[in-house]
Amino acid sequence: MSNVPADLKYSSDHEWVRVEDDGSAVVGITDHAQGALGDLVFVEAPEPGSVFASGEAFGVVESVKAASDMLCPFGGEVLGVNSALDDTPELVNTDPYGDGWLIRMQPADTTELDGLMDAAAYEQFLEEA
Amino acid sequence: MSDKLIFEHSRSGRRASAQAPLAATANDLPEKFLRRSPPLLPEVSELQTVRHYTRLSQKNFSIDTHFYPLGSCTMKYNPRACNQLAMLPGFLARHPLGPESHGQGFMSCMYELQEMLKAVTGMKEVSLTPMAGAQGEFAGVAMIRAYHRSRNDNDRNEILVPDAAHGTNPATATMCGYSTREIPTGKNGDVDIEALKAAVGPQTAGIMLTNPSTVGVFDRSIQEMSRIVHSAGGLLYYDGANLNAILGKVAPGDMGFDVIHMNLHKTFSTPHGGGGPGSGAVGVGDRLKEFLPLPVVGKDGDRYRWLTEADFPQSIGRLSAFMGNAGVLLRAYVYMRLLGRKGMERVSENAALGANYLMKKLQDAGFELAYPERRASHEFIVTLKKEKSELGVTAMDFAKCLLDHGYHAPTTYFPLLVPECLLIEPTECEAKEDLDGFVAAMIAIREQAKTDPEKVKGAPYTMPVRRLDDVRAARQLDLRWQPGAEN
Ligand SMILES: Cc1ncc(COP(=O)(O)O)c(C=O)c1O
Repeated sequence: MSNVPADLKYSSDHEWVRVEDDGSAVVGITDHAQGALGDLVFVEAPEPGSVFASGEAFGVVESVKAASDMLCPFGGEVLGVNSALDDTPELVNTDPYGDGWLIRMQPADTTELDGLMDAAAYEQFLEEA
Repeated sequence: MSDKLIFEHSRSGRRASAQAPLAATANDLPEKFLRRSPPLLPEVSELQTVRHYTRLSQKNFSIDTHFYPLGSCTMKYNPRACNQLAMLPGFLARHPLGPESHGQGFMSCMYELQEMLKAVTGMKEVSLTPMAGAQGEFAGVAMIRAYHRSRNDNDRNEILVPDAAHGTNPATATMCGYSTREIPTGKNGDVDIEALKAAVGPQTAGIMLTNPSTVGVFDRSIQEMSRIVHSAGGLLYYDGANLNAILGKVAPGDMGFDVIHMNLHKTFSTPHGGGGPGSGAVGVGDRLKEFLPLPVVGKDGDRYRWLTEADFPQSIGRLSAFMGNAGVLLRAYVYMRLLGRKGMERVSENAALGANYLMKKLQDAGFELAYPERRASHEFIVTLKKEKSELGVTAMDFAKCLLDHGYHAPTTYFPLLVPECLLIEPTECEAKEDLDGFVAAMIAIREQAKTDPEKVKGAPYTMPVRRLDDVRAARQLDLRWQPGAEN
């Protein structure tokens, strides 16, 4: 079974979201997603300052099996990206909830975060998939 | 792998006399363009060269030596007759810049090839110039863009692509300046029609479909999809990678497609190992005729001539030197002439028969099918997710083990929406014994995975190289050999 930390929120596209004290939100892909993709070889991140709507593709993760779009779990502005992934994309595999985080965003509308799943709901979602 | 590189056989001053350079005759080159150091070429004898490449060729896992059920790629037998006839001296010695009157024979073959492809696909015009499926896709979507522009319909910025599509589809849309929107596949393998309805709109330039699709089923709702996309003002693109399955039976033109590419190297059996050369000829319906890539061969009375920009002022332009991969086109032409219309029907019938036989045999042996309630088109998907969770061996482990059993691996992990998948395409050429042998190998691998999974995970054992590190290969793209460097 893949690891689903209790303190995060989750999207149906297998992204996790952690809301910080300053109101910003960190986004990554879940342990399940990294496992399904396999070893990552490339992560394409957006420019800080770009603005995305909920559901819009903000970047691409590429593994030896496939390239997949990463979809914004909520709308907002990109505050920062994890530049360590340029040279070491494998961090997403080894530490998806920690050093393998993808981007930090400022949510435009925090009510969009309420639509995300909690850990229990995401585990249920994985079970049914 | 003990083999040396050709460069490692090199000794200064050694040469193959047949290839030895002639004394320089071009002495009018400007000084600044002359090179200062000789080019880095291996200095080897003719015999060393012959041995080196013959040995390499003996390591090939090829259609000529092994069953090669690589799904979506249609690795079928390349008849020797096609090679032989495409290499007649008149074809080989024809200069592409020669006058039309000297190339009437070649041009008549290309003209007839265009006509046969029109007949078999139900399209109105064909251009043979694109040199691979992916380039045919590029030509097709460029024509879709040119069509919308010609009508001043400039706000269409999106191409729809099912999630099962080959990676070249979204890549093509992106190369043509479109964004892509993914349409999910339903549980039964058909495109999710409700999702399609929700996705089309005034921004839709078109949809790229593969039918039979890359999950190996014929999408039954194609006419409805055609209606939905056309009524929104979008066009339908047909990815012809799976044309083998319907040859002589159903025509994409009749399904409502506006533009199609055909991988002649798949359906029409020209060689396509190692990335080429291929041919991605395109066919179009009435809406896109004006935009075809050039040249096309035309016929006035009994003379053939090149149709150019003067005939097609709105053409998207040229995609290849001259006529594309002329040698490949000739092979496809001969293949079609040898088969005839009845023969083409037998191709798709036997391709479907072989796939369904193999599918049923594997199912009877306890392997799980991704779409068990569907009949296979010409290929099908086995999912090894049970083997992975119960035995700890993956689709990739099975693939590598198959090599040791003398079978080329099926396509693995594509389409990605099916976990641990093998996409298996036997083609119409294989004998029943070979299909049965493949099933026996799959069963033997599973038995071994039960008793000795580590052995399976370590495969292959009998190949020139062991398990390759595909992650490192993708992360470190620098492959340049340099003399004296640690290679
Ligand atoms: C479904 C599908 N579409 C497109 C292509 C691209 O064709 P090509 O490899 O000739 O560029 C392929 C090739 O494997 C394919 O399988």
